[in-house]
Amino acid sequence: MKKIVKLEGLCCANCAAKIEEEVKKLNGVESASLSFMTQRLTMEVLEEKVDEIMEAARKTAYKIEPEAEFKVLR
Amino acid sequence: MTKKQKIMGIRLVISAVFFALAMAAEGKVFWYWILFILSYLAAGYDIPLRAVRNIKNGQFFDENFLMSVATFGAIGIGALEEAVGVMLFYQIGELFNDYAVNRSRKSITDLMDINPEYANLLRDGAEEKVDPYEVEVEDIIVVKPGEKVPLDGVVVKGSSSLDTKALTGESMPVEIKENDPVISGSINLSGVLEVRVTRLFDDSTVAKILELVENASSRKARAENFITRFARVYTPVVVVLAIMLGVIPPLITGDWGTWIYRACSFLVVSCPCALVISVPLSFFGGLGAASGQGILLKGSNYLEAMANLDTVVFDKTGTLTTGKFQVTSVEPVEGTKEELLELAAYGEFHSNHPIAHSVKEAYGKALDPSMVGATEEIAGFGVKTSVFTQNKERELYIGNARLMERQGIAVSAADSMAGTTLFIADKNTYLGSVTISDTIREDVPKALKGLRAAGVKKLVMLTGDKPEVGKLVGEKLGLDEVHGGLLPGDKVGKVEELLTKKHKDAALAFVGDGINDAPVLARADVGIAMGQIGSDAAVEAADVVIMTDELTKLVDTILIARKTVGIVKQNIIFAIGVKVLILILSAAGIATMWAAVFGDVGVSVIAILNAVRALRYQNRNEKTH
Repeated sequence: MKKIVKLEGLCCANCAAKIEEEVKKLNGVESASLSFMTQRLTMEVLEEKVDEIMEAARKTAYKIEPEAEFKVLR
Repeated sequence: MTKKQKIMGIRLVISAVFFALAMAAEGKVFWYWILFILSYLAAGYDIPLRAVRNIKNGQFFDENFLMSVATFGAIGIGALEEAVGVMLFYQIGELFNDYAVNRSRKSITDLMDINPEYANLLRDGAEEKVDPYEVEVEDIIVVKPGEKVPLDGVVVKGSSSLDTKALTGESMPVEIKENDPVISGSINLSGVLEVRVTRLFDDSTVAKILELVENASSRKARAENFITRFARVYTPVVVVLAIMLGVIPPLITGDWGTWIYRACSFLVVSCPCALVISVPLSFFGGLGAASGQGILLKGSNYLEAMANLDTVVFDKTGTLTTGKFQVTSVEPVEGTKEELLELAAYGEFHSNHPIAHSVKEAYGKALDPSMVGATEEIAGFGVKTSVFTQNKERELYIGNARLMERQGIAVSAADSMAGTTLFIADKNTYLGSVTISDTIREDVPKALKGLRAAGVKKLVMLTGDKPEVGKLVGEKLGLDEVHGGLLPGDKVGKVEELLTKKHKDAALAFVGDGINDAPVLARADVGIAMGQIGSDAAVEAADVVIMTDELTKLVDTILIARKTVGIVKQNIIFAIGVKVLILILSAAGIATMWAAVFGDVGVSVIAILNAVRALRYQNRNEKTH
């Protein structure tokens, strides 16, 4: 299923690239793309693991860019 | 400016003041270094703190860490002035980047400011402000002047003009009246409208467009991926070089100060920020410039493809031709074309056939029913009508060539290949012929010329129509290849064949109306749907959606794409070039740490100013009102 998260306050393009890279590696994430300009993280994830994945993605984003707020849009 | 940016601005001003004071005091008082430290702290006290926090989180080599080490190193060897300068300018650069990025985010949000906040739902005669999501199909909503149309629907009461600029890029307002469809996202300019809703908000045009635009940047261009990969390698390499530079030569020469200074310069240049920000910023600007023209692209990768277009394949009907049948030629034996058309229109007076409509439309004047007498339909041939017109009682035979043959009338015109020809005779006298055919769209020749000028090598047309008809249209337009008589499946095959023929690095685009073309749109490198504002099928199947039905927008898309890709290339070459040059000069001891500051902040600012250009595009065809 498709999940979209807004990383509000994401202001470092390098961090965006790192977060994208790390999220892609998470177990159960089929594809992920983080746009620095729109601050949107779009993920295609396994439905049965969705909560687990979202939590892991949140942690990943926090670890790399603590200033960005993790808002789940869909 | 955001609050955060304002605070940063104030900090930088304070820092700059201390810096100036420190420079003035240097050599005069012994405590001048305190002023430098104050300047440093005002500009970047949080940088080392962040570096520590990020290291705790397992993030090494981020810019905070690099800047901290570089400045501490400089302080350590007594280069106070440089240390503070590096921090001050680094923060100025960061603030500028932040500001530029926010500005362009905002200008694109404004450009796509089509999201309606509410709908005025009419319930038992009273209006109620509700969320557009709550409105059901068949509900009646009221749209007042100045408001956005919140949902797609049909006008049931009132008339007005609508501004659709945000949707189509077209600045001319659209006049609407009862029974006309209205599209969500357009702005009501003059009258109050009552609209019967035809689609839920989720399915409405505005929701589809917003979704498309917001997801656009998730499909990244090759250049974007290249830059992130480059950054991952670049920083560690420069850091390792810096360590080597700061340790190995002094072990031999014993001159630690000089080499640590040079190593610190390396660290300052090691941040790839300029590139990492400017590349997505340029593409984002390009996508924004395109949407300002009513061209929606589903990703920056399509900008790259459009910049390098080699072959454009068109569908015929609805794309190159209008798909509406019109009178294209009138050939009277004697008298004027007008007179012949009048006779044809009267002759077809009682007919409801589409061709009869085209004839009446072409005549354009009101017809007097009292002039028309008995009408007889001759199935498979045409009609016979008695008409009193042009001061004469006539017995008109209007129909195909076989009708003339049946009546034994000799004709002087041939059946047209491109359309349907009606032959007209008065009893046994042949009067002339009227040809009705699909017409080429007005802006097509101009668009094709523009595509050629933009360097597109091959223009191809595919059609399900008869090969002869296709050939005729193709010759008229000067296309390179025409393939007629194709079934939808055959079109995919043809596109695949063309894909193998084009240049390896170039792209092939297919342009269609988006309704029956989904498989072909998907197969082409770039699938472009035209004039399908409000069609779900088009928005889903295509990679690029052109909201108006102007084919010239293809040329605009190419120009925007070229400009964007050009800016990206300039920035990549400029930034990497300057950084490498400064690294070499620093290692040799020719460049100072101030040069390194330019290599970081200066390059970043210049690259971003250049990137922002991508957002601006002046349409040369823009009509002046």
